[in-house]
Amino acid sequence: MNLRRTAAIARKESIQILRDVRSLLIVVSMPAMLMLLMGYGISLDQKHVPVCFLDRDPSQESRDLLNRFRASQYFGFITAAPTYSSLVGAIDRGRCSLGLVIPNDFAQRMRKGGDVAVQGIVDGTDDNTANVVFTYAESVIADFSQSVRFDYLERSGFNGGAGALMIEPRVWFNESLESRNFIVPGVVALVMAVIGAFLASLTVAREWERGTMEQLISTPVKPLEVTLGKLVPYLAIGIADTAICVTVTLFWFQVPMRGGWPTLILASMLFLLTVLMLGFWISAATKSQLVASQFSLLATLLPSFLLSGFSFPLAQTPAVVRAMSYLVPARYYVLLLKNIFLKGAGTASQWQPLLGLGLFAVLLSAVALRSFHKTLN
Amino acid sequence: MANQQPSVSVRNLEKRFGSFVAVDQISFEARPGEVFGFLGPNGSGKSTTIRILCGLLRPTSGEAYVAGLSVAAQPELIRRRIGYMSQKFSLYNDLTVIENVRFFAGLYNVAGDELRRRLAWVLEMAGLAGRERSLTATLSGGWKQRLALGCAILHKPPIVFLDEPTSGVDPLSRRRFWELIEELRSDGVTVFVTTHYMDEAEYCNRLALLHRGKLIALGTPAQLKQSALKGDLLLVEATPLGAALETIKQLPMVRDAAVFRNALHVVVDDAERGSERLLVELTSRRLTAVRVQRIRPGLEDAFVALTHQQPGAQ
Repeated sequence: MNLRRTAAIARKESIQILRDVRSLLIVVSMPAMLMLLMGYGISLDQKHVPVCFLDRDPSQESRDLLNRFRASQYFGFITAAPTYSSLVGAIDRGRCSLGLVIPNDFAQRMRKGGDVAVQGIVDGTDDNTANVVFTYAESVIADFSQSVRFDYLERSGFNGGAGALMIEPRVWFNESLESRNFIVPGVVALVMAVIGAFLASLTVAREWERGTMEQLISTPVKPLEVTLGKLVPYLAIGIADTAICVTVTLFWFQVPMRGGWPTLILASMLFLLTVLMLGFWISAATKSQLVASQFSLLATLLPSFLLSGFSFPLAQTPAVVRAMSYLVPARYYVLLLKNIFLKGAGTASQWQPLLGLGLFAVLLSAVALRSFHKTLN
Repeated sequence: MANQQPSVSVRNLEKRFGSFVAVDQISFEARPGEVFGFLGPNGSGKSTTIRILCGLLRPTSGEAYVAGLSVAAQPELIRRRIGYMSQKFSLYNDLTVIENVRFFAGLYNVAGDELRRRLAWVLEMAGLAGRERSLTATLSGGWKQRLALGCAILHKPPIVFLDEPTSGVDPLSRRRFWELIEELRSDGVTVFVTTHYMDEAEYCNRLALLHRGKLIALGTPAQLKQSALKGDLLLVEATPLGAALETIKQLPMVRDAAVFRNALHVVVDDAERGSERLLVELTSRRLTAVRVQRIRPGLEDAFVALTHQQPGAQ
């Protein structure tokens, strides 16, 4: 390997990147945009769920119950349905996710002190949403029935014991915060996989398309020198983009950073190397910017989204899918990010996923190098 | 000269792309310090041969040696000793003049004082002194071509391959480019150049004529002109030209006839008897013969004659 040739490639590539202002703007703004888009877009928390109710017994008691729903941050847009069929229609059309039916004798039975059933209809087409909405509704109603009971006890002369039961809403708040904490570190992996492979996938193909590759391969330059030279500026961009993603994670989404920075940096560098080399490989193999960019998106976005443990817990997936997930580099990075940010893990405890990433980095570097031929077609 | 090893030596070289034979069993040698021309129409195998010699394509069979090194076995050693300029402009348009030169200097490991000297030389040679910081995309054809040549020979290679270096360039820049080739030759550099311009072919020391992948003639321009035509050449101006060509082609003493600009070039066994006979035949068919005159054959005549002699040609 010759350092002067490698440096010549790196300098040339850097000049080209810096001179292409439009692409540079995309490179700088894309990670933050994708982080915000996916950080907010992919959330397991349900907030402001639209509710439709049919009040068959308009009374002080039914209004109290509905006000509980209005006060909850989980529910919004509480609308009244005149008939049962219009309530069903509202659910069918997706105008609300929860339908409440307050029975005829609601107030009467409440005053008597007996058990009262309120019907809740949940749109089950999305089972995750349905589960969450149902849990929220149960909690609001449980809250309501407790306060009714406390009122009754207070009127009956009992006091105390209320404080211990009032902490429940704070548990919920914590839980919703954890859902975001859990997702955002995974978004970092997703964004870096897509951006890294996409950027790298253009560079070799561009030289083939513009005809500059023919001149380049007629010189004594070696495949290793071309690959390393091209890697330098793209690694710099990747590091900057990772820094942007981590900044958004820590300061915008306020995810706690409990682990060690050296582990985070090591994991990120290995992952960057892996996705950049994947991009170089695709670029050298396809020789077309359009095909390479489409292919790199396909090769990173879907597996990183579905098979990395980002969207589904891998422990719950079938054995075949779980086995496939080991072939997705993002799997290791998602795991590392979650463990570093949330569990406060260090390098020693994370040697297994780090080794996995390291193996991928070496493997893809070798494949990328081999795919770069100094001959035409 | 005679005992020097050839700069380029090719034996039974063949290149197939699937069932298509791009280069068909060609053999030739180029000597040090000569301008060796590859002449032929598009698709005749000129670029393919050059690319094989530069190690960019692997031959299907046959042998090729450049600077005494095997193209198949030592392509990297060859790359240090050659300069190559591809048919399509292949410098970086989004880099400035000086950035392109420095880039290729880096690839060829030219540094220090030598780099300074070569930089100054390239800028001077290309006429780009003072425009170092211009984006290469903004240069016109002739400048781009000279800059590309400069970048290809920064490391002073003894052998230079130029693939249609003057296509799409204005006539003045073309002539300027050939002056540069002449300078290289006088420095002892072997220049291997492809072209389909006949006037450029005249500048070459020796020419190889390619037709459908086959090497159909090899020699100095003078040799080719002399040997290609079996007979005398007549210039015939007649109207209408098409009908005259049809008539002339039927005559037994006519070996070959073709349209050249606004006249016909006709090869006959004997100029004197041939021209008399032609005049008689043309007037008898009520065609107006303006002029029938013996001329010296040009390279184009030789080229047409040689391709017409090929099997499968009409």
